[in-house]
Amino acid sequence: MSDLTIMESIARLVPHGSRVLDLGCGDGAMLDYLQRHRGCSGYGIEISDANVLACVQRGVDVVQLNLDEGLTLFDDASFDVVLQLDTLQHLRNAETMLRETARVGRTGIVSFPNFAHWPNRLSVARGRMPVTRRLPYQWYDTPNIRVGTYKDFEVLAHKNQLRVLDAYGLQDGLEVRWLPNLRAGTAVFRFERG
Amino acid sequence: MPMIATPQSMHFAEPLPLQSGAVLRDYMLAFETYGTLNADRSNAVLICHALNASHHVAGVYEGQERSEGWWDNMIGPGKPVDTNRFFVIGINNLGSCFGSTGPMHTDPATGRVYGADFPVVTVEDWVNAQARLLDALGIQTLAAVMGGSLGGMQALSWTLQYPERMRHAVVVASAPNLNAENIAFNEVARRAIVTDPDFHGGHFYEHNTVPQRGLRIARMIGHITYLSDDVMNTKFGRQLRRDEDDTAPGYRYSTQDVEFQIESYLRYQGDKFSEYFDANTYLLITRALDYFDPARAYGGNLSQALARASCKFLLVSFTTDWRFSPQRSREIVKALLDNRRRVSYAEIDAPHGHDAFLLDDARYMGVVRSYFESMSKELA
Repeated sequence: MSDLTIMESIARLVPHGSRVLDLGCGDGAMLDYLQRHRGCSGYGIEISDANVLACVQRGVDVVQLNLDEGLTLFDDASFDVVLQLDTLQHLRNAETMLRETARVGRTGIVSFPNFAHWPNRLSVARGRMPVTRRLPYQWYDTPNIRVGTYKDFEVLAHKNQLRVLDAYGLQDGLEVRWLPNLRAGTAVFRFERG
Repeated sequence: MPMIATPQSMHFAEPLPLQSGAVLRDYMLAFETYGTLNADRSNAVLICHALNASHHVAGVYEGQERSEGWWDNMIGPGKPVDTNRFFVIGINNLGSCFGSTGPMHTDPATGRVYGADFPVVTVEDWVNAQARLLDALGIQTLAAVMGGSLGGMQALSWTLQYPERMRHAVVVASAPNLNAENIAFNEVARRAIVTDPDFHGGHFYEHNTVPQRGLRIARMIGHITYLSDDVMNTKFGRQLRRDEDDTAPGYRYSTQDVEFQIESYLRYQGDKFSEYFDANTYLLITRALDYFDPARAYGGNLSQALARASCKFLLVSFTTDWRFSPQRSREIVKALLDNRRRVSYAEIDAPHGHDAFLLDDARYMGVVRSYFESMSKELA
């Protein structure tokens, strides 16, 4: 699955002209895409020097911040959409940041690697942690410190009184709506505060 | 081949009303420019200086060794602020001692040297004076105003005083105002100067003397606050100062000799400074720092204060800067976010304290370079 397909798929969830906050925005590619193709505005948040530089090079507004310190810079419901794409799994305070996402954004969109994707299950059944294209790290050097599943997220969302507006899996550039917890390497949730 | 800088000056006969209510009847501004103003006059960048710097921002003076401008690593041909693309202007602020009208000049009203009678000038007054010089140069709109520390305060003030005259503000290692600790350091420096017997109430020129002792101490305390604990320990630690022929390994057991390297360093910095800097200028500039507080008129609400700003912003801070800490830059970022202004913010993990804004750091230089590169794409 190419990055561009993931980007296009998730970008479709962002209404035209939205004010967007992208938590862990990487090199700013998503915001750049949303600004060019969907008339959006907004900011990225990044901790890495290299990614901050990449954003400035692209002309994407970026604020250098450690997400584990929270989102105190941002007021309640100050963004139409808060994105947390492939970020959740790197955060120590993943649950707090999920609540912060729902506080700052009118809607939140979260995507993360689904640990219950069948090749991962197979690998664990064989007694080894999965090493795949989606999860390319060894267990001892992975930056993914929160490994969870599509179903796990449903439980966490419920616990935090989030209303899930849409949820599906992504695999090979396609949306997976039938048995996504088994059939998709990536989980995508769109939600709002309940 | 280094870029050659040529200092210029301009006389202003129209009185400048100051924030204090006083009026500066007649004044000169020293300035330098680098690069070429383009046909539609859209590529001008104003660089604002901090406490002890001047209009000599970049380049060297012909035939003078080691005469590089104070931000020569940042500004020049092919540098992050590229003078092949931008027309860069450095202006010496009023009250300074490097060419613009200041306390060592003659007050046209009395025929006497101003000395301590030079009116108190503020960041806002400086910005008004800078705007007049730009008027005279035929520059209506600036591509950017950029500054570090007190220079960053001027850049921020520009966005509030002349929002329609600029497209970008680059604010480095700065703050929306000084905190109590900062004012306290300034006050220690000022007391050192004012209580020097050679100060003569600020009219020391008439006594053919200079309050060098006060200036030295002011500079020493300033220098401590520009460095970080780490850098001081790495550079000096507890090293003793010893002459080469001195083989004695232990302490001298003297309370007044230079014993540690850090003492020697601070004394050297103080001595050097006291030979070229004006005492009244030091008082004026530290006061301008103390007074700057755009949120004051809004009950301390910086978000309301920055509502007037309309340009895009780049803010940079340094993690070990405790004089203008990252937290202070984040306050500005937050106020801009509240106002939905376009802003990027880089927090550079550099060890050098406040001084980092003048030093080469690849991440810092890279961000500023990229920001100006994307700015230059906006130019025709």
